[in-house]
Amino acid sequence: MTKIVVVTSGKGGVGKTTTSAALATGLALRGFKTTVIDFDVGLRNLDLIMGCERRVVYDLVNVINGDANIKQALIKDKKVDNLFILPASQTRDKDALTQEGVEGVFRALREDMQMDYIICDSPAGIEKGALMAAYFADEAVVVTNPEVSSVRDSDRMIGILASKTRHAEEGKGDIPARLLLTRYSPERVEKGEMLSVEDVQEILAIELLGVVPESQAVLNASNAGSPVILDTDSDAGQAYSDAVARFLGDQLPHRFTTVNKKGLFGRLFGG
Amino acid sequence: MTAVVEEKSVIEFKGRMLMMTVLQLRTLDANQLHQEISQRLEDAAQWLQEAPVVIDIHSDLEIDHVNLMPAVDTLRNLGVNLVALARTDRIDIDTASTLGLGTLSLAGGRDVPRRSEPAADASTADTSQHSERVETLVVEQPVRSGQQVYSRGDMIVLAPVSTGAELMAEGNIHVYSNLRGRALAGVRGDSSARIFCQQLNAELVSIAGHYRVAEDLPDAHRNQPVHLSLQGEAMHFTALK
Repeated sequence: MTKIVVVTSGKGGVGKTTTSAALATGLALRGFKTTVIDFDVGLRNLDLIMGCERRVVYDLVNVINGDANIKQALIKDKKVDNLFILPASQTRDKDALTQEGVEGVFRALREDMQMDYIICDSPAGIEKGALMAAYFADEAVVVTNPEVSSVRDSDRMIGILASKTRHAEEGKGDIPARLLLTRYSPERVEKGEMLSVEDVQEILAIELLGVVPESQAVLNASNAGSPVILDTDSDAGQAYSDAVARFLGDQLPHRFTTVNKKGLFGRLFGG
Repeated sequence: MTAVVEEKSVIEFKGRMLMMTVLQLRTLDANQLHQEISQRLEDAAQWLQEAPVVIDIHSDLEIDHVNLMPAVDTLRNLGVNLVALARTDRIDIDTASTLGLGTLSLAGGRDVPRRSEPAADASTADTSQHSERVETLVVEQPVRSGQQVYSRGDMIVLAPVSTGAELMAEGNIHVYSNLRGRALAGVRGDSSARIFCQQLNAELVSIAGHYRVAEDLPDAHRNQPVHLSLQGEAMHFTALK
């Protein structure tokens, strides 16, 4: 049974693509056959984060328009088995996404490619691209930064998910939506410059999938074109691994939510 | 490359809740109507002369556009601001437009007692339509930013109401959680409507059109369980113990 997961947020720049790449890679590492799709038609980015930008031939819109079949368009990841990327078109706009077309792509991934998971990297906003990415989803991961505008946009997005998915339209109720708090800095929370995990949870009132700390490792990973989850020494990489485990049902305590008091040794050597 | 210049539209569609007066006619006799309405207009307040009026013709009366004409003319001459006929299976758009009126379906509305209605009239009025019970809307899911919930009666919310969400009820609003969005009670003019909430952090609260924005909420009641009512034109805050 193929599961379609939308990674969404409302606001831009909060870490949707980083999260999509990490989640897809994490699932593939655990043996699930996974495709990650870039729905940000016109502003393609996922291929860079996944490090496959030089191998893009066909894209999502090509498949929708029938210019290519799914096998031709999928890019197989070089580092991780079972992982495939379907990039967005850079030259088209979001009107190229049709409901029938997107449904056809999912059907091909499910029936022809036998995927276990399809991760949809949603564009920012609540326009057509975001709605198309979410419409067929079975589950959602809502990416939020601990600041008020991001939280409000996520709240709006959760509301949209509750009404604008096929699941909801068929009267099956809300799709499960879980929160991933990214760019979290316990130091800044302590200084009162940032909302705390508890604050955000209180407002959004959905299950917490994980907290990813603000980390240089994320930027390094993007520059290197290698999903941060593969950087197993980094805090962000470990946080994403935990989130993937929780996504699959494991119960793990949340890490990286409190300030790590540096000892004398840490202070001397800059931790 | 073609530059796209965004033209500003010359029109804008807006949804708006309006209060209408429904005038039920139990006769079409022009003389009788003239007598009673001119008498009512004298002691009735300004509202009857200004409020948009919808004519609802009693189902016992035989009607066609010919016999409706004198009644409509009489009302117009008395200065009643007629806008429409209540649509029934006997009154269609053509009949109404012959009389220079529109049609309106009253099926979706709710009766609100007119405060200026003479008390003595209540006993003689047809009470059957007022006894219709309006369902209370119970909301168990969080109301998210951008969502709007409307109740024709009371509304009970058992989950948080986010900033940017809007609750509207013709009756009372109860929020047994944190109210961060907007809450508008008595949206059809019922000034006896009230708002109850566990934590008052609203962007705006309103009862029968009298509102307070977040900035004007009394600090003592912020984030506290509060009961809001209207006393005259003023919003009254009472702590819930």
